[in-house]
Amino acid sequence: MKRGNIIANLDWFTVLLFILMIFLGWLNIFSAIYNESHPSILDFNQKYGKQFLWILAAIVMAVAILLIDHRFFEFFGYFIYAVAIITLLAVLIVGKEINGSKSWFVMGGFQIQPSEFAKPAVALALAKYLSTFNINIQKVRTFVKVGVIIFLPALLILLQPDTGSALVFFAFVFPVYREGFSGMILVTMFTLALLFILVLLFNELLLLLIILVIGFAAYWLLARNFRNMMIAFLIFAGFFIVSYGTLYLFGQNSAFYAATLIALAFSLASFLVMAYIYRIRKIGMLILAVTIVVFYTFAVDYSFEHFLSDYQQRRVNIMLGIQSDPLGAGYNVNQSMIAIGSGGFAGKGFLQGTQTKLDFVPEQSTDFIFCTVGEEWGFIGTFFVILLFLTFFIRLIQLAERQKENFARIYGYGIISVIFIHFFINIAMTIGLFPVVGIPLPFFSYGGSSLWAFTIMLFIFLRLDAGRME
Amino acid sequence: MINQYSQRKYIIGGLILLTGLILILRLFYLQVINSTYKLSAENNSKREVIQYPARGLMYDRNGVLLVSNQAAYDVMLTPGQLSRFDTLSFCKLLGISVNDVATGIKKARDYSRFAPTVFMKQVSGEVASVLQEQLYKFPGFFVQTRTLRKYPKNIAAHLMGYVGEVDKNLIEKNPYYQMGDYIGISGIEKNYEEILRGEKGKKNFLVDVHSRITGSYQDGRFDEPARIGTDINLTIDAGLQEYGELLMKDFTGSIVAIEPTTGEVLCLVTTPSYPPDLLVGRGLSQNFNTLSGDSLKPLFNRALAASYPPGSTFKIINALIGLQEKVISPSTEFGCQMGYSFRGQFLGCHSHRSPLDLREAIQHSCNSYFVNSFRKIMEDPKFEATHDAYNNWRNHLLSFGLGNSMNSDLSGELKGFIPKDDYYNRYYGVGRWNFLTIRSLAIGQGELGVTPLQMANITAAIANKGYFMTPHVVKSIKGSDTINHRFTEKHIIAIDTAHFTVAIDGMDLAVNGGAGSTAGRAKIEGIIVCGKTGTAENPHGEDHSIFIAFAPRENPKIAIAVYIENGGFGGTWAAPLASLMIEEYLTGEVKRKYLEDYIFNAVIK
Repeated sequence: MKRGNIIANLDWFTVLLFILMIFLGWLNIFSAIYNESHPSILDFNQKYGKQFLWILAAIVMAVAILLIDHRFFEFFGYFIYAVAIITLLAVLIVGKEINGSKSWFVMGGFQIQPSEFAKPAVALALAKYLSTFNINIQKVRTFVKVGVIIFLPALLILLQPDTGSALVFFAFVFPVYREGFSGMILVTMFTLALLFILVLLFNELLLLLIILVIGFAAYWLLARNFRNMMIAFLIFAGFFIVSYGTLYLFGQNSAFYAATLIALAFSLASFLVMAYIYRIRKIGMLILAVTIVVFYTFAVDYSFEHFLSDYQQRRVNIMLGIQSDPLGAGYNVNQSMIAIGSGGFAGKGFLQGTQTKLDFVPEQSTDFIFCTVGEEWGFIGTFFVILLFLTFFIRLIQLAERQKENFARIYGYGIISVIFIHFFINIAMTIGLFPVVGIPLPFFSYGGSSLWAFTIMLFIFLRLDAGRME
Repeated sequence: MINQYSQRKYIIGGLILLTGLILILRLFYLQVINSTYKLSAENNSKREVIQYPARGLMYDRNGVLLVSNQAAYDVMLTPGQLSRFDTLSFCKLLGISVNDVATGIKKARDYSRFAPTVFMKQVSGEVASVLQEQLYKFPGFFVQTRTLRKYPKNIAAHLMGYVGEVDKNLIEKNPYYQMGDYIGISGIEKNYEEILRGEKGKKNFLVDVHSRITGSYQDGRFDEPARIGTDINLTIDAGLQEYGELLMKDFTGSIVAIEPTTGEVLCLVTTPSYPPDLLVGRGLSQNFNTLSGDSLKPLFNRALAASYPPGSTFKIINALIGLQEKVISPSTEFGCQMGYSFRGQFLGCHSHRSPLDLREAIQHSCNSYFVNSFRKIMEDPKFEATHDAYNNWRNHLLSFGLGNSMNSDLSGELKGFIPKDDYYNRYYGVGRWNFLTIRSLAIGQGELGVTPLQMANITAAIANKGYFMTPHVVKSIKGSDTINHRFTEKHIIAIDTAHFTVAIDGMDLAVNGGAGSTAGRAKIEGIIVCGKTGTAENPHGEDHSIFIAFAPRENPKIAIAVYIENGGFGGTWAAPLASLMIEEYLTGEVKRKYLEDYIFNAVIK
């Protein structure tokens, strides 16, 4: 294989987009933390100077990857994945705790965040597994294995704890869907997400009753049997009256919630028995679905209270409008929206932002870098950046679809999804559409680890693409 | 094979475009349609106001206030927040010209656009309060309260040092300081800077477009309260210091007094001096220039940084070394015929009876006696060569704290000079010098350099009969039980206590021995003062008058060294002056008005 082939076959359009993004990112970092006494963008004591070094290193990495044989990545897919898992375990033991999360290796003055590099590793392993010859994608075994590949690192990252980084692993649902898993997977995830929000917005009793009504209605729609539905309803009502009465006798006043739960448990059990005896079809799945949904609502409620830290709970609550506290946990979002909003249509101009520079916006060079774009370049700037990303994604989908090898295509979708979810969550959180979870904007945010991880991901794919003809 | 699910690419691509569209719509709403955020940003400017803590106060050893604070108001400017304002009424208010405003703004801009700079220093409280009320008219300006030093007693300028603005170099080295901050530049203000200054705090305010404070930024979450400076109690006795400065007002020289058992400096007078309130506030730099241009060098702290030959006071040290090295005994006698002559070299002496023993030799300050004993020290058969004996002798001197900085808590101490044998080796060649070459060291002349502080310390060591405590001026720091441990460690001198008693006998005689005593003018009724005169040869003019003394003889409370430049013989001016100081300190008042008048009417060439 000659180097000339790579240069000829490399998708230079994507490379151009990549260079444009890191350059814009660098300019905005410079502006976000511009320091009068260090006016040079190449001052290496400042973050903007450092970012320049990270960019140079990223470009070196990109070139190095292009020089590697494209079969390497498929061959070593699992190995790279194993290394990533081991580093994630190691960081839990010897990592350094920064801001309450044990997510960093610190060597001298240098810090590296292994969770960033787990993302390309998962994309490789997933692509390798799903492209195995003769794999039956509909089998439960396959489904479970895919789940393990994706969520094992997510779980380890959750232990750090770094909820935001763990969350992005859900992105791998897209390549899995693309490869033929039932469309239900997307529908189900969407439903669960919707329920999650509903659970937090409304009280459980109301939700429970809504689920029941939907359940009965669904039965009626499925079975077209009004009589059976009425019988089922009466059974439930009977159980409810009995359990409410019993609780009342034991001194528990207005125990609607408990009574509903008990009645539901008994009636679901009896429905199941009746369905078996009377051989009523289709009802099995329905009862199962209702049971799962009920459990899920409890699980959400429970895990919200127990797994999310106070500040995360508050951030979710604020995003949902349950809690309003502009100077408290909502402060970041509020300030970030002010910064972006104050940019107006045309922006305040390069280095002219006041909100980001005067420390109103926290983390203005990392997670909130988009604020600088919004404040200084206005709607024109934000529109352009989003357009840039969308073009980038569409181009990558085109590249993915032109692959002959399944491995390359699946990998392509894997990284598209990961970069996309970062893009979406990051920007959404700066404009108040998503809770603040602290993940970087790809290619824009300050930081070596994330820049390198995204560069590596992208260039592995470009290398695979360049080798597609071989 | 055509992938059967390939149409799903449209769903995924569509989802991506859809979310992109959602983001764009939301941004369009935030940035173009909705204007509340723009307003918020305008009303949402942060101002960081530094909270300057009051500097710690200084008291003397009896609790008399020496240094306190007064409020001062600086007009500050943040160029980034500047917008059109009524320049004329602004100028009228501050009493400056439009040109001043323009240069001030330019200067601030050159420094930083976002960091506040001092626009005008120390405006009066009246102006400050009027300006405070009208700040809304002058966006970008605000008033910053600071504290300046105030000196209720206006004494001890050199000792306390002064406070001035930090310079650029220091700001770069130490990020704690910012433009316009004050820092201790000399004296205790410098050495105890970190204790006295406290810790700056800051308050973050939200201000609106009109520069009005609308509230606390984030409920003060990022505020840091200022920590007030810590008060210091000095070892100085304000009364004694003031009296010393009064006595010295017409002399050039210094007085250092130490409490022997503790090493506490009781007074540190250096003249000519200046009133400390000259170096405060706006007049500082101009007054400083005047003072530093003065030919009398009033900024020079002679007590610490002037080095003189010790003169005859040094005979006591040589006596002690001779006794310790067993080359002489208290009863050793040497004759003296108006001087010492050897191999054609002659060193004169004044007239006194002959021969004298050691005690009498100190009393009469006989040159011949001490050249003879110095010869014995240098030609001590214990040592192979003169330079070995010399090094041994030199080590004794070092143990008295000579030839080195005392490592006190005063800034600007000079080391003094006790030559190494190399010095003579280089000058005369190895083995080509002997006691005769360096005989003037016997009587404290020649190459020796000793500061008044070191001299006072030697006196304290003699009073203590063999040890000293490192001299220091800080007695206690508020809130702390201890002072630096280096001030509580005894420095033991390797000379037996019995020898000190002999030397003290001589010093007693020198003051109280009647006829022929060199320091009779230091005598005080009812108090046994032990002292020794000295005269430092001065190639530039009249000799310097030196006197060291301690009192009372038993349980000494004060050891003192007095230097009067061009004062001639030590017994003439320095001895009576030291005597007055001792009387003042031990009895609290001076009864010998005639002696005071004698000093006040002194005429010195």
